Amino acid sequence: MRSRASFLGGVAAIAATFVVFVIPFLFILLMAFKDKQQSALRDFSWPNGFHLFTNVYEVIKTRNWMMVTAFINSSLITVISVTLLIVLAAMVGFVLARRKTKWNGTIEFLILAGLMIPPAVVPTIWLLQGLKLFGTLHGMILIQVAYNLSFSIILYRAFIATIPRELDEAAVIDGARPLDVFFRVILPLLWPVTVTNIVVQSVGIFNDFTNPLYYLPGNQNATVQLTLYNFQSQFSTAYNLLFTNILLITIPPLIVFMFFNRQIVAGMTAGAVKG
Amino acid sequence: MTAAAVPALKMQRRSLYPGWFYAPAAVVYSVLFLAPTFASLYFSLTRWTLFDATFIGFDNFAQFFREPFLIQGLVNTVIYAVITSGLKVVIGMALAVMLTSQIMARGYLRSVIFFPVLVSTIGVGMTFTVLMHPTLGMINQTLAMFGIAGPGWLVDPKLALFSVALVDVWKGVGLATVIYIAGLVAIPKDYYEAARIDGATKLQNFFYVTLPLSRPATATVITLSFIGGLRTFDLIWAMTKGGPGFASDTVASVIYKQYQAGFYGLSTAGNVVLFVLIAVLVVPLTMFLNRKQGHE
Repeated sequence: MRSRASFLGGVAAIAATFVVFVIPFLFILLMAFKDKQQSALRDFSWPNGFHLFTNVYEVIKTRNWMMVTAFINSSLITVISVTLLIVLAAMVGFVLARRKTKWNGTIEFLILAGLMIPPAVVPTIWLLQGLKLFGTLHGMILIQVAYNLSFSIILYRAFIATIPRELDEAAVIDGARPLDVFFRVILPLLWPVTVTNIVVQSVGIFNDFTNPLYYLPGNQNATVQLTLYNFQSQFSTAYNLLFTNILLITIPPLIVFMFFNRQIVAGMTAGAVKG
Repeated sequence: MTAAAVPALKMQRRSLYPGWFYAPAAVVYSVLFLAPTFASLYFSLTRWTLFDATFIGFDNFAQFFREPFLIQGLVNTVIYAVITSGLKVVIGMALAVMLTSQIMARGYLRSVIFFPVLVSTIGVGMTFTVLMHPTLGMINQTLAMFGIAGPGWLVDPKLALFSVALVDVWKGVGLATVIYIAGLVAIPKDYYEAARIDGATKLQNFFYVTLPLSRPATATVITLSFIGGLRTFDLIWAMTKGGPGFASDTVASVIYKQYQAGFYGLSTAGNVVLFVLIAVLVVPLTMFLNRKQGHE
């Protein structure tokens, strides 16, 4: 009797989550298979023919192959800023966890400020213009590093605190120079939390819309999120192309999700529960 | 000998954790984040063209609290943050309880609920804009099959903000759920054992064991989603652009609109307002949540 109730509960849960969470994605998928006429109906119906490949080709070559430029730009921004984030945040996390000084309080306050304070947009643009970084990939990369440092540092610091100090001293006794201790002993040990950092930050930066909108204007600077706006004004909203575009830019996070599901969840909840 | 060895070890320890490790991060962070934040305090008091700034005192702020559409943006922001974080707490908790129980297809459920967290916000916004179309949208067409006349989700000024908030919850509840799962798993089984011996019902289990002991998770979910809700921009922009009229404008969308219109001083004042709003609401909130936590 009990097991029957829980069986029914399970079926209900599966059905409900299917309707709420899966159907919208199926809708995206179906729309991407349709031609322009059928997609204009915007209903949940089986595609009349197989138009996925023509849609994909159409989306990629729109506006002088903007999608290609966008994928290159987004990949560059994501890879370089995540690399910088990892090195810089691990260094800060290491010293912050190991060395107790009167400055620790201030530093932790600044880290929390970085999580909470909304970036001051126009002054940042003004500053980037002064530094000749406005509208450049370099500038965008440094912005992503500055805005996401806090989160990475928090992840690293929590993890480094669990690595015994004796290890550092043992390395010194074995003849390691101070820099080697960090780069050759500690950094490799941080691998699990580094993977978490890579996954969480790259998804966030790849999906970022607001910051490129402000700091990276211009067609040659397009990032993938901005390509979504290609099909709203240009053709009187070509829904098949819009949804093909959504599908294309959902593939990278989907791949990340399939391979790193556990790390993502670990990263997003790490420190969160322990406080 | 030991007296000499101690300072030597101390010396070594200091250089093991060199202070300059802070330097690269500190430079990037101070130049690109802290400096603009401090500059915003000044520029919010000016009429600003990026080339020259005329000091006008608190005029921008006065305007912010005088123009009805700007005030509405402020009110909307708070409503949005309260709704989204409230719903994420309730639904996230319910889903987490379900997913930590003996339910079948747990892996499927967890994946399906969490995946939207990783998807592009703009993509989600545009998809739901199509699904929420008053006549052609799938949601209202489905409701019509049951004889229900669906509302104009995004075109009704009274409803637009709530519709966007619902989509925000759809996208973000997976994160709340995994945070709660981590919190629930960390509750020692002894408590449930003790409760069982005392003859607690399922409901009592939840209200007297699960709920109080998952408070750290609740604190995290509330803080994260509340800050996120106050700062929200991309979803609003993808779905309504603040419309219809100014019905779903938030401070962040106002900042963008004023920036586009070239009112840089006013836009920056918006930034300061948002900053103050977050500080005034979130700092006491986290202090409250953490104080309670210390009590247990």
